[in-house]
Amino acid sequence: MTSHLVTDPNIDAPDEFYAALTELHRDLDDPESAKVNAKLILLLANHIGDAVVLNEAIALARSKPGA
Amino acid sequence: MPKTYQNPRYPYRRSADQDSAGAHHPVIIVGAGLVGLTAAVDLATRGVPTVVLDDDDTVSFGSRALCFSQRTLEIYDRLGLGDRLQAKGVTWNRGKVFFKDRLIYSFDLQPEGGHRWPAFINLQQYYPEQWLVERAEESGLVDLRWKNRVTGVSQDGDTATLSVETPDGPYQLTCDYLLAADGARSQVRRCFGLAFDGQVFQDHFLIADVVMKADFPTERWFWFDPPFHPGQSALLHKQPDGVWRIDLQLGWDTDPEEEKKPENVIPRLKAMLGEEVDFELEWVSVYTFQCRRLERFRHGRVFFIGDSAHQVSPFGARGGNAGVQDADNLCWKLAAVLDGRARESLLDSYEVERIPATEENILHSTRSTDFITPKNAISRAFRDATLELAAELPFARALVNSGRLSRAYCPPHDGPGPLGPNSLVPGSPCPDAPLQRGNQRSWLLQQLQGGFFGIYFTNQPLTEEERGKLARLTGDHPDLQSLVIARQGCRTPGLWQDCDGLFEARYGATPGSFTLVRPDQHVVQSWSVLDCEAVARSRAEALS
Ligand SMILES: Cc1cc2nc3c(=O)[nH]c(=O)nc-3n(C[C@H](O)[C@H](O)[C@H](O)COP(=O)(O)OP(=O)(O)OC[C@H]3O[C@@H](n4cnc5c(N)ncnc54)[C@H](O)[C@@H]3O)c2cc1C
Repeated sequence: MTSHLVTDPNIDAPDEFYAALTELHRDLDDPESAKVNAKLILLLANHIGDAVVLNEAIALARSKPGA
Repeated sequence: MPKTYQNPRYPYRRSADQDSAGAHHPVIIVGAGLVGLTAAVDLATRGVPTVVLDDDDTVSFGSRALCFSQRTLEIYDRLGLGDRLQAKGVTWNRGKVFFKDRLIYSFDLQPEGGHRWPAFINLQQYYPEQWLVERAEESGLVDLRWKNRVTGVSQDGDTATLSVETPDGPYQLTCDYLLAADGARSQVRRCFGLAFDGQVFQDHFLIADVVMKADFPTERWFWFDPPFHPGQSALLHKQPDGVWRIDLQLGWDTDPEEEKKPENVIPRLKAMLGEEVDFELEWVSVYTFQCRRLERFRHGRVFFIGDSAHQVSPFGARGGNAGVQDADNLCWKLAAVLDGRARESLLDSYEVERIPATEENILHSTRSTDFITPKNAISRAFRDATLELAAELPFARALVNSGRLSRAYCPPHDGPGPLGPNSLVPGSPCPDAPLQRGNQRSWLLQQLQGGFFGIYFTNQPLTEEERGKLARLTGDHPDLQSLVIARQGCRTPGLWQDCDGLFEARYGATPGSFTLVRPDQHVVQSWSVLDCEAVARSRAEALS
């Protein structure tokens, strides 16, 4: 069975997660932020592992809003 | 001037062809570089005489190819040079990766067991070239003509005509088949006005060879963005003769002549190696790399092999290794066509098979370059993030790309091969496996040298019927030999045993299965039971 990207609500505590993301970048300049974001993506991508899911996420991230 | 190697000088000799108008040869090779020499020796092992024309009078000068891959070693073993390469070459297993000013991790390459040859060796390109020249001369079938510069080439339906410049003046030759192995600046390519593009990137590299005065570890060190060379990359590699190779990427917008000056090179090397390390600079040169290829590798009677057909960046050591595989692919086909066993159309399969391999090489080379030289701020952020994570977390090390080493090209496939989940798909290069017969040890690939082979796998002594079938196959097809391999642990006196079970595992073999192998050690097809008609059809197809 191949799994697909979960797009239904799935984050345990959305407000806390969002706050943590904001907090993560609070004191960083743009290049540092970019690197921290990159690390976050790499860590999460490794956790997911599944190429199908990763490719679906890449495609969805790239699609234009409203398109 | 390198001090550890003296280039041999091969004398120009006047050929009788220079006194007769329009001498004709079946096969002429332009270029006695790594690839042209490989083709000449391969064809000689198949009984095909060649004339080889080279504008120079020696082998490769200075530092060029360094890493020779397992597949190249397997091919050179078939040409009688495997042991010599391994004996002289350096095998390294430990690598270190640096980012900015710190060591982020080291790794041990655990070579996969059960192969006759290591994953690769380091050896200066002039050694294999020199030994190929010796093999070529011993064969008596290669007419090597030094100081013969090809200036013009043309072709009509069935012959190619060459104009050659020599110290005694010009002469002309014709041939049935022309192999253009005249390198990245191919004159043959130019004569036909063929575009050499699809350029993906270009870069300058400074190559320095140094002789260390004291012990220095046999390791591969790769630096991303080092303090002694900001924004670029550097690589340190061990070569034979106590020489270390240093590759400094310069970028496109640098002045190579300025960079080459010892007063600029030496401080950098000191920063790299440590102030206390005593070394002597033996050779410095600057190379330009492009990544590009010909659209087609066959043009009528003319076949482009090696750098004349394709060029890649040095990351991954793919240039020379790819060229050797070009020769491996083409030569048995040419031999089969010349002795009437195959039709001309077989030669079209050369580019059909080698263009995808070239695309794979260019893809890998491009990915490595994109990692090493990020093209924008966000790519750099990802690259740096990967390297920083790699210091702590092994998962990120899999993403670090300082070059993916050349491996034999394997065609893409959906689903398993014909023998089930573990079996090889048609077109795969044959993996090696150790074999044993009584006290005698050998390797599968050493048994598969010459023509077509049919590998029959059994778990018991052969029956009369099995023996009859194999005899009929090889009787009907003189270019097909059979090799019987007995399953590990079976009592089958006189047969080669799959002593470590690796043939069974790597080929997905089952008792009674049969695998047909081409003369270049690639799988044609496998069957779970031996059906002589099916094998004959497959052999015929492999020759068409
Ligand atoms: C710094 C560097 C590092 C490299 N590292 C590696 C590596 O680690 N591993 C690897 O596999 N590859 C490596 N390569 C690539 C490798 O060197 C080439 O891919 C390889 O030399 C190609 O061989 P070739 O025979 O096609 O061409 P060449 O070696 O260039 O030979 C062409 C020959 O043709 C002759 N010739 C040219 N024009 C004419 C003419 N008009 N008439 C007659 N003769 C002519 C030349 O004299 C020469 O002998 C490296 C290259 C460089 C520069």
